Amino acid sequence: MTQTTRSDYDVAVIGGGLVGSAIAWGLAQHGQKVAILDEGDIAVRPSRGNFALVWVQGKGLGLPEYAGWTKRSADNWTGFSAQLREQTGIDVCYERPGGFLPLLSEAEMEHRANQLKRLHNQPNVVRYDYEMMDRAAVAKEMPFIGKDVVGASYCPLDGHCNSLKLLRALHTGISLSGVAYLPNHRVERIEQREGGFRMVTASGEVRSGKVVIAAGHDGRRLAPMVGLDAPVRPERGHIIVTEKTAPFLKFPVGFIRQTDEGGVMIGDSFEDVGLDTTVRNGVTSTIADRAIRIFPLLGKLNVVRTWAALRVLTPDGFPIYEQSTSMPGAFVATCHSGVTLAANHALALAPHIAAGGLPDEFTAFSARRFHVPAAA
Amino acid sequence: MFQRLPNASGERVSFTIDGRAAEALSGDSVAAALIANGVQTCRATPVSGAPRAPYCMMGVCFDCLVTIDDVGNQQGCLVRVRPGMRVETQNGKREIER
Repeated sequence: MTQTTRSDYDVAVIGGGLVGSAIAWGLAQHGQKVAILDEGDIAVRPSRGNFALVWVQGKGLGLPEYAGWTKRSADNWTGFSAQLREQTGIDVCYERPGGFLPLLSEAEMEHRANQLKRLHNQPNVVRYDYEMMDRAAVAKEMPFIGKDVVGASYCPLDGHCNSLKLLRALHTGISLSGVAYLPNHRVERIEQREGGFRMVTASGEVRSGKVVIAAGHDGRRLAPMVGLDAPVRPERGHIIVTEKTAPFLKFPVGFIRQTDEGGVMIGDSFEDVGLDTTVRNGVTSTIADRAIRIFPLLGKLNVVRTWAALRVLTPDGFPIYEQSTSMPGAFVATCHSGVTLAANHALALAPHIAAGGLPDEFTAFSARRFHVPAAA
Repeated sequence: MFQRLPNASGERVSFTIDGRAAEALSGDSVAAALIANGVQTCRATPVSGAPRAPYCMMGVCFDCLVTIDDVGNQQGCLVRVRPGMRVETQNGKREIER
């Protein structure tokens, strides 16, 4: 192989999931020459197993900047999905009817109301509408709720999409924008070289001026190679999907939603099991049971698939966006809301990476927030 | 298009297809009974609406989905036709209430 000293690309994005693809797409729209270094078919890929919510309510308690970042992305989603459709012809089926989180006891109602109140009482938090609804108000929108439903929180900013079509649209879009998608390029080593970076991968070397680590779970291994930190851990979530059914559920309802093609997705589990995507029947039966308490008519539907996927979680659940101070030009971007935040990754984060630095608004998302001694 | 074998035997079973009276032989699957009654397409697919007919006749292809006695998405090839059964061709997605 011929070795050249100049960079092959302006930016190498490590990771071809929703986060990496959205950033690469945004970089390409800003004229950057981009390569995505991805793993092969056998890889841990949360982007192919997620729930496809574009969700705002309840996010950001403990980090008000995250509430604002989330709302901004949801607000950007309409334009973002239109841009993708115009470019690729793929409709990612984004809808924003508002979302409900159903609650099954007075205690759950009180807990949720307090949680949202505390979130919205944080200093400098972005203001947006939400509502605690009693049973009658929820039944007005969804008369088929079960008798156990006491009420719900509702936020008009919530929505959902078809996340597989989103991933496909992003990959079609980056291909049309001249981004080089390089599969089977698992990065073994990153070295800083002559003002740029050299990635040693399973399929040879790639050189770039900048590097963005958007590798999900593998960020934990890769970030320290460039003086960054991505202390993420996997959290397993199960998803059940039913046969395709005529539309009856207009709203995304927390962990239950009907897809654009008619299947009902149900997913509501949180397990700390390492990098294990095995489906456990006990978990699926528990989430199915709760779903049927909320919507008894779901009990008539046949389940056609179940799967488990692994959320990419930081210690506080909020994203990390940071540029390396010891190796400028190296960035990390990681979060567990790759769908909700896709619009911002493409439209609000990528332009800064293209320009070479993150402004102050990103300071709150630095991993330095984890570098404090734990309380005794 | 399809005809029964000359030596086919069995008791006659009355049922309905989309409300019309039809006859099958005891032991027929719903899918076989539909074919024997000249039904060319038994459903439209839920996303593109493409027409479908029974194909594998052994429970694998799911192309013979029909509504049987008000329950949607039943595999016609895996259900024996019964006297008085109401079989309906299914136009697209099933309804959740049936």
